[in-house]
Amino acid sequence: MKTNDVILQTTTKVVFFIIFLFSIHIFFAGHYTPGGGFVGGLLTTGALVLLLLAFDLKTVKQALPFNFTIVTGIGLLLALGTASASLVFNVPFFTHAFDDFTLPLFGVTSLHTAMLFDAGVYLVVVGAAITIIQSIGGDA
Amino acid sequence: MINLPLLPIILPFLFAILLLFFKENIRVQRSLTLIGLLASLVAALFLVFKVKADGIQAVTLGSWPAPFGISMVSDMLAALLVTTTILLTLFIVIYSFSSIGEGRERFFYYPAILFMVTGVNGAFTTGDIFNLFVFFEVLLIASYVLIVLGGEKKQLRESIKYVLVNVISSALFVITVAFLYSVIGTLNMADISVKIAQVGQPGIITVIAILLLIVFGVKGAIFPLYFWLPGSYAAPPIPVLTLFGALLTKVGVYAIMRTYTLFFVHDIGFTHEILSVLSILTIIAGCIGALAYFDLKQIIIYNIVIAVGVILYGAAQMNESGLAGAIFYLIHDMLIKGALFLLIGIIIYVTGTSNLRKMGGLIQTHAPLGWFYLIAAFGLAGIPPLSGFVGKLLIVKGAFEAGNSWGAIILLASSLIVLLSVIRIFIYAFWGKPVAIPQTDRRPYRNMMMPAVVLVILSVLYGVGTEWLFPYMTDATNGLLQPSIYIDAVLKE
Repeated sequence: MKTNDVILQTTTKVVFFIIFLFSIHIFFAGHYTPGGGFVGGLLTTGALVLLLLAFDLKTVKQALPFNFTIVTGIGLLLALGTASASLVFNVPFFTHAFDDFTLPLFGVTSLHTAMLFDAGVYLVVVGAAITIIQSIGGDA
Repeated sequence: MINLPLLPIILPFLFAILLLFFKENIRVQRSLTLIGLLASLVAALFLVFKVKADGIQAVTLGSWPAPFGISMVSDMLAALLVTTTILLTLFIVIYSFSSIGEGRERFFYYPAILFMVTGVNGAFTTGDIFNLFVFFEVLLIASYVLIVLGGEKKQLRESIKYVLVNVISSALFVITVAFLYSVIGTLNMADISVKIAQVGQPGIITVIAILLLIVFGVKGAIFPLYFWLPGSYAAPPIPVLTLFGALLTKVGVYAIMRTYTLFFVHDIGFTHEILSVLSILTIIAGCIGALAYFDLKQIIIYNIVIAVGVILYGAAQMNESGLAGAIFYLIHDMLIKGALFLLIGIIIYVTGTSNLRKMGGLIQTHAPLGWFYLIAAFGLAGIPPLSGFVGKLLIVKGAFEAGNSWGAIILLASSLIVLLSVIRIFIYAFWGKPVAIPQTDRRPYRNMMMPAVVLVILSVLYGVGTEWLFPYMTDATNGLLQPSIYIDAVLKE
């Protein structure tokens, strides 16, 4: 019997973007409200897992042709790089800096290097979680 | 350069990350690993000389004031251990080139080693008890990868045991830190030491001391808690076994030495008495194991247990000779265990078995291997010009000074058993009638001999150059004997 997933797949196409946008929101909100790189990364992983459930491994791999081990590596590099920038300025490791910038669309925005570190955490969480799921779920 | 104490941690970490990008290219993997370790070695040597010249180097991360941020503290002991760790890893990596096999090299073998070195160096350098836990996890998770990598049946079985034991002890570590935090209210080691001195170590702190002894005892394999070690360490291939045998248990030993000289110094009659009784029992248990087996790996593995007992017995004396001896013996033991494991790895490669009864007459075909093994064996037992002598001499002296004559006598007797157990390998494998050995390639044999021989020579130099090393060891001992030096360096008041 041929199963028909049309409702599941159509809903997923909408819900995926809602979850993904929420994860980005949670990621950026982390400095002032609950959230941050780890939950943000897990929510993105959740969205990707929903895609995997509704479609199959091969389709999702075609849609997102990343090697997630590399994603983990880039995330680690970003985190270590942010922390090591302090080596250049000869201040203790992990010293962060922030300033207010006037951006074209957002107006005056406070940007903090902790956000770059969080971006590293986000990428590591997504990369590691998807690698686990892909390697348990896949044949190879 | 105020971040110097961090470089031996950051550099292996950076290179481990870079290796993730070149999974398939073995040549790049090997050369990047070598470059990373050499760079870390240079940084670590700089650190040793900096600590020698300017005293303890402390940096609190993120420019926060000392008890609030995470402090990284390099005193002489930490700096020496970090240097030894990187040096050993360098030799083990070179040895791996010709022995570990391409299959493992393609599956993140070198990144796992570098991540483990990151964790080990971090654990030696950190000045924060919860950060110590984090670095323990970093090195343990990397070691889980190394122990199971390859996926042989034996490795799978033993890694389940290993992971289970370590997960339980890590959970106990978290619980103990929670207890400590609820009593003392701080996680910075220097600050903990100050606060414990203020409240004068009430009963609950002594309970926490024993809990920490159990936690680090599982990691460092002391008497009733070493049960997991012989099986687990025999499973992975020789280079991984060398890495584990030379580094991992020593991190637990270091953690016991640090906490028992910095935190729990107000009720020595109870805590340190228990520590010395347990370490004597550890020595006896190790001796029984070392004599009981006819298997190369098991004999040397039980010698790890003996050495852990000897080092902790020295540390438990809490006098200058005892602690100086413990530090001398700790670094000696890392070097000599590295050399011995690499050498028996070559014996196993040549004969194709680790069963002593199936060997014989190797001295006729592999003479250099035999003589270097003999030097390493004498070094392990502590024959005077070699490396094990000074450490054990000082520990015995410390024990007599503290009035623990029986402990000292047992320790001396254990040296004989150590010597007997390793000489038995020499007699069975190298003397006697030659046994037919499988034809093996000479080239990997020569490539594997090189790092092992250099390591043996280094350990001989360590023994001969004791006089030259003494000022460094004195600095390390003073750091342990007088917590105020450590506390002042961190809290900077």
